Amino acid sequence: MQAAASGFQQDFFQLFGLPENYRLDSELLDRRYHALQAQVHPDKFSHLSEAERRVSMQWATRVNEAYQTLNEPARRARYLLSLHGADIREESNTAMPADFLVAQMEWREAIQEAGEARDPGELDKLELRLQHDMHDLLEQLAAKIDTEHDYEAAAGIVRKLKFLEKLAEEIASAFDTIDN
Amino acid sequence: MALLQISEPGLSTAPHEHRLAVGIDLGTTNSLVATVRNGISVVLNDADGRALLPSVVRYFADGSVQVGESAQAAQSEDPTNTILSVKRFMGRGLGDIGDISGSPYRFVDAPSTGQAPGMVQLRTAAGVKSPVEVSSEILKLLRARAEEALGGELVGAVITVPAYFDDAQRQATKDAARLAGINVLRLLNEPTAAAIAYGLDNAAEGVYAVYDLGGGTFDVSILKLSRGVFEVLATNGNSALGGDDFDHRIYCWLLEKNNLSALGASDTRLLLTRARAAKEELTEHDETRVTAILRSGEAIDTVLARRDFHAMSQNLVERTLQPVRRALRDAGLAVADIKGVVMVGGATRMPQVQRAVAEFFRQAPLTNLDPDKVVALGAAIQANVLAGNRSADDWLLLDVIPLSLGIETMGGLTEKIIPRNSTIPAARAQDFTTFKDGQTAMSVHVVQGERELVSDCRSLARFELRGIPPMVAGAARIRITFQVDADGLLSVSAREQGTGVEAHITVKPSYGLSDAEIARMLQDSSRHAQDDMQARALREHQVEANQLLEAVQNALEQDGAALLDDIGQARIRDGMDGLRAMLQTADHPAIKRAITQLNDATVAFAQARMDKSVSRALGGRKLTDLEV
Repeated sequence: MQAAASGFQQDFFQLFGLPENYRLDSELLDRRYHALQAQVHPDKFSHLSEAERRVSMQWATRVNEAYQTLNEPARRARYLLSLHGADIREESNTAMPADFLVAQMEWREAIQEAGEARDPGELDKLELRLQHDMHDLLEQLAAKIDTEHDYEAAAGIVRKLKFLEKLAEEIASAFDTIDN
Repeated sequence: MALLQISEPGLSTAPHEHRLAVGIDLGTTNSLVATVRNGISVVLNDADGRALLPSVVRYFADGSVQVGESAQAAQSEDPTNTILSVKRFMGRGLGDIGDISGSPYRFVDAPSTGQAPGMVQLRTAAGVKSPVEVSSEILKLLRARAEEALGGELVGAVITVPAYFDDAQRQATKDAARLAGINVLRLLNEPTAAAIAYGLDNAAEGVYAVYDLGGGTFDVSILKLSRGVFEVLATNGNSALGGDDFDHRIYCWLLEKNNLSALGASDTRLLLTRARAAKEELTEHDETRVTAILRSGEAIDTVLARRDFHAMSQNLVERTLQPVRRALRDAGLAVADIKGVVMVGGATRMPQVQRAVAEFFRQAPLTNLDPDKVVALGAAIQANVLAGNRSADDWLLLDVIPLSLGIETMGGLTEKIIPRNSTIPAARAQDFTTFKDGQTAMSVHVVQGERELVSDCRSLARFELRGIPPMVAGAARIRITFQVDADGLLSVSAREQGTGVEAHITVKPSYGLSDAEIARMLQDSSRHAQDDMQARALREHQVEANQLLEAVQNALEQDGAALLDDIGQARIRDGMDGLRAMLQTADHPAIKRAITQLNDATVAFAQARMDKSVSRALGGRKLTDLEV
């Protein structure tokens, strides 16, 4: 039991045998993910004992969670910061510079207008622009985490990212409304 | 269709023993059963050489049942007792079904279990039947067909479900299989099953879309196929849109054209049958003539042009493209990223559907497989693996849940816990707290769907966590954990973090059947109920015990010496001896207990084995080597 627990308790980077960095080789991550699932997935155990089936489901669940966490840049950044003990305080600390908040309001209005005008072309444009902004923030994050090891500053960027993620959700739901 | 050759490496089971396993496509209109024989997936035909079993069940006053062609032939003669397209009612309440005015059935709003509405039921000559019971009649017949063809009892079956089926619909399908005496190896999404059959057969690599328009359901899945991995990136659909709706358009047109209104149930069935025939005719011909003689003696004789049929059904086709757009967006892909489009389901034979799909994807869809059979063939291939006949090392299936799972929070809002398109199995925990000072109980309402308001989502279950120690509002930490298994079925547990007070449910009660209901139905279905139940339980436990003994024996031979000390090995051997001793008796509860004991004794061993596999997966390299 002890030997088993050691593997299950590895952090997600250890689980995939990847260095604990923000920047990662996503093709290697995919390959390791598939190699791990090939060993633990419930489809490999369905004819075996209930004990093995149960262990398989727990492992496959964990490998999926680990993959999704490392595969999505924002989640990966949050996870890394939590490994470094940095407190992001996303819910409690929403203080932002005034120009950032003004920009947020302009974004909201633009998304709302495009949604009401049922204009998928405009939404596409907004989505592209948003992706561009997110990409910039993620690049800043990479520098703060991997190069400067400044986790406090990185936490500040993650809080900004949260606003952009909400905008992305609004764009997605505007698309859904147009489709319905 | 030529399917892959499969050798028998006999890695996971003794090579001499081939376990009989089948794939079953339980369709809205037709159902099929297939199996892998000599390495090739084949559909099993009935005595008359027919592969498709019409999913039609007729009930008689003496309790007897007719399934398939003969029932279908009686549909307009005995419409109330002849149930068609029962799949549309699976896991659904009366309120979900919509307009029932034209329906010949006598619906019964089922007794609700707990605080949620129950599944709709149908009053027939043989009594009130739930859609689960009706479906189980179809499954029983397919099981019998398979056991006769294969010459033995089935180890289990993979049953396919529409990818867009929610938890209630999946659970109802699994219950129907259980009621038919089938061990469900896996519920497999229909588009995924089709992708297995297509992908293995064509050694396909790249991103594919599966467009699956069946009799009553529409699914679209976007899959990435690479080096033997079938990874579903996104799925979407409409579980109440299919070929039936096209028939209905023609039916409505016939009524209008002939100034008919308020037809009786048998005339309705007659015209719907004619409408379906006309739809099929128009696949090959530019026009078709619809003739029928109604009960009143009135004769119908109307010509329908393909052009008109396409016009009247255009918005149905358009409605399939909305989920396609959503699936692509969820997958983060554009039309240009799709390498091929696999067409599945009989309704994809309609030229207007093929044209619309070709226009949307800017490429001709792949139609080189039989859209009626490909799902069952793929399910059989997976069943063969899951039964342990073949090492699954050659491919890996990663599927997703189609709809977000969440719970109700203050103000009737949905809090999503597991988002749609999460790869399964999946688990997610979220912490909640109390609303009032001194609150000692919390009601948890589990829902599924994408909408913000709980009232717009499907209610799956409600349960209560009691015994929370009184604290000020907001002080308790209640962790709610959702676990979705590889069948896409949800279980939920809640735990107060401070005291460890727990509540756990497998999401079932609302639309599923309780164990007691299943037991009652099993009893109803056999004359010597008690004896049969006992004999069946004994046989099931004997089979399970033998499989378990074999699996543990193999595991011990492979890894026992390496991973366990003498005491650990002896403990497991004791458990095996205990179970073998019980197998000599006919005491099935005692056998069950011995099975549980042996399972419990092997948990640590199973974990150690998994640990070994995991480190092997990364090539046995040390982390320090990898970091260079």
